[in-house]
Amino acid sequence: MNEVLEITNLKVKYGGIEAVRGISFDVKQGEIVTLIGANGAGKSSTLRTISGLVKPQSGSIVFEGEDITGKNPTQIVSKGLMMVPEGRHIFPNLTVLENLKIGAYLRKDDLDEDIEMVYSYFPRLKERSWQAGGTLSGGEQQMLAVGRALMGRPKLLMMDEPSLGLAPIVVQGIFEIIQQIHEVGTTVLLIEQNANMALHVADRAYVIENGKISMQGTGKELLENEKVRDAYLGARG
Amino acid sequence: MEYVISVLLSGVSVGGQYALIAIGYTLVYGILRLINFAHGDVFMVAGLMGIYLTASLPISLSLPLVIILTVVLGFTIERVAYKPLREAPRMSVMISAIGVSYLLQNTATYVTGGQPMTYPSIPFLSGTVNLAGTQTKWVVIITPFLVLGLVLALSVLINKTKVGMAMRAVSKDFETSRLMGIRINSVISVTFIIGSALAAVGSILFFTNYPAITPMSGAMPGLKAFVAAVFGGIGSIPGAVIGAFLIGICETIIKGLPSSWDVSVFSDAFTFALLIVILVFKPQGLFGEAATDKV
Repeated sequence: MNEVLEITNLKVKYGGIEAVRGISFDVKQGEIVTLIGANGAGKSSTLRTISGLVKPQSGSIVFEGEDITGKNPTQIVSKGLMMVPEGRHIFPNLTVLENLKIGAYLRKDDLDEDIEMVYSYFPRLKERSWQAGGTLSGGEQQMLAVGRALMGRPKLLMMDEPSLGLAPIVVQGIFEIIQQIHEVGTTVLLIEQNANMALHVADRAYVIENGKISMQGTGKELLENEKVRDAYLGARG
Repeated sequence: MEYVISVLLSGVSVGGQYALIAIGYTLVYGILRLINFAHGDVFMVAGLMGIYLTASLPISLSLPLVIILTVVLGFTIERVAYKPLREAPRMSVMISAIGVSYLLQNTATYVTGGQPMTYPSIPFLSGTVNLAGTQTKWVVIITPFLVLGLVLALSVLINKTKVGMAMRAVSKDFETSRLMGIRINSVISVTFIIGSALAAVGSILFFTNYPAITPMSGAMPGLKAFVAAVFGGIGSIPGAVIGAFLIGICETIIKGLPSSWDVSVFSDAFTFALLIVILVFKPQGLFGEAATDKV
């Protein structure tokens, strides 16, 4: 399998603190890879750096064989790397349809087919296509944030805490969609505090602690790992 | 009756000219949350350019050139004085805007020698017409229609085009807009370009009505347009336009009251008293969004 994304020895300073302290990992074509870890472990900083919002201090980010370290978000999006930001961040003043269209901002071709595809994943969005994004419920906003990213036809879809603040039943739905998206061939890099959910869908996983990778393995391996169970999955008898 | 009509007409016309300036304030505020204090002075410089360019070039060439050069000026100000401060506290950008304002005023004083300059009469706009028994300049008749046309075009741009969609997105969320691939700086430049172009059109209309230009000529119309933008709810385009028309009409009515009442000198005071009343009772203005913090 080909590496879609290859991170080597990435270091990121964030507000004067070294948030990411030499992380290396990779994502291969067609995989779901997840980074799990506690709050403040450096997961979000890693994703923000890959998407170009933050410039790394050192290390390299290679996407499809091309070095994209330090490039700006526009250049990175144009290569097919889309992000679903933490906290959803849909545009509240744009309609649902416009929120989808803006996900394809850099595309110049016809969007109808993609809009239909997103609506088939999330029929609720079709019903609400003329509503302002800000009027949607939290779960619907998360669907919209995912749909918006899909509109960019990502080769790699990065998701930052998609389950954050959502009811368990909604989280279940979001993860089913993640798997569906994966089945049609989209590579996914997922960040989660909800380690249980994330490890169940992931092909491979990395555990981040204090800005470093402390463990790695397949989703299944980590689910069965004692340390991971104690630290991230909670006591389950 | 004829007098009332002529007062109202000129009120609508002045209001329209304020509206063209007010849109520039409100657009920039909507995106950068910056009160662009230099905007009124850009308007004044557009007026001066009108004088110098019409002196050496035919009208058909000089007026478009005024608009183009004003756009270049607005674009350059943003790139030089505001863009480097994108990550700085908002106060720094505002101080930079005040600096640009003084720079433009003093440059204008240097160039003109501080003497009032006379705006040329533009053949079509300055001509008079007989309307409802009163002599009226064409500019008074044309202004409201031109303003409505431009505002309509602007709302189509903002609500129906891709760049307009990007402007609305950027006005809410810089970072997520960047994640969509939107080039924030281009979108910001577009707002300055639109604002400056409208201010240039406004200057042509306004100075045809009030032809004496001094380096301070941008300050008062600029301030009134700013009040109009606050009145309508800063950030809102319809708000700025309606606010500007209201202020223009009220001001002209006060100026037009019988001279025995001796209140015409208070017309400017009225505008600013209005500002205080709005800020006290409805700080978000007519159409502004209530200031809510994101949860």
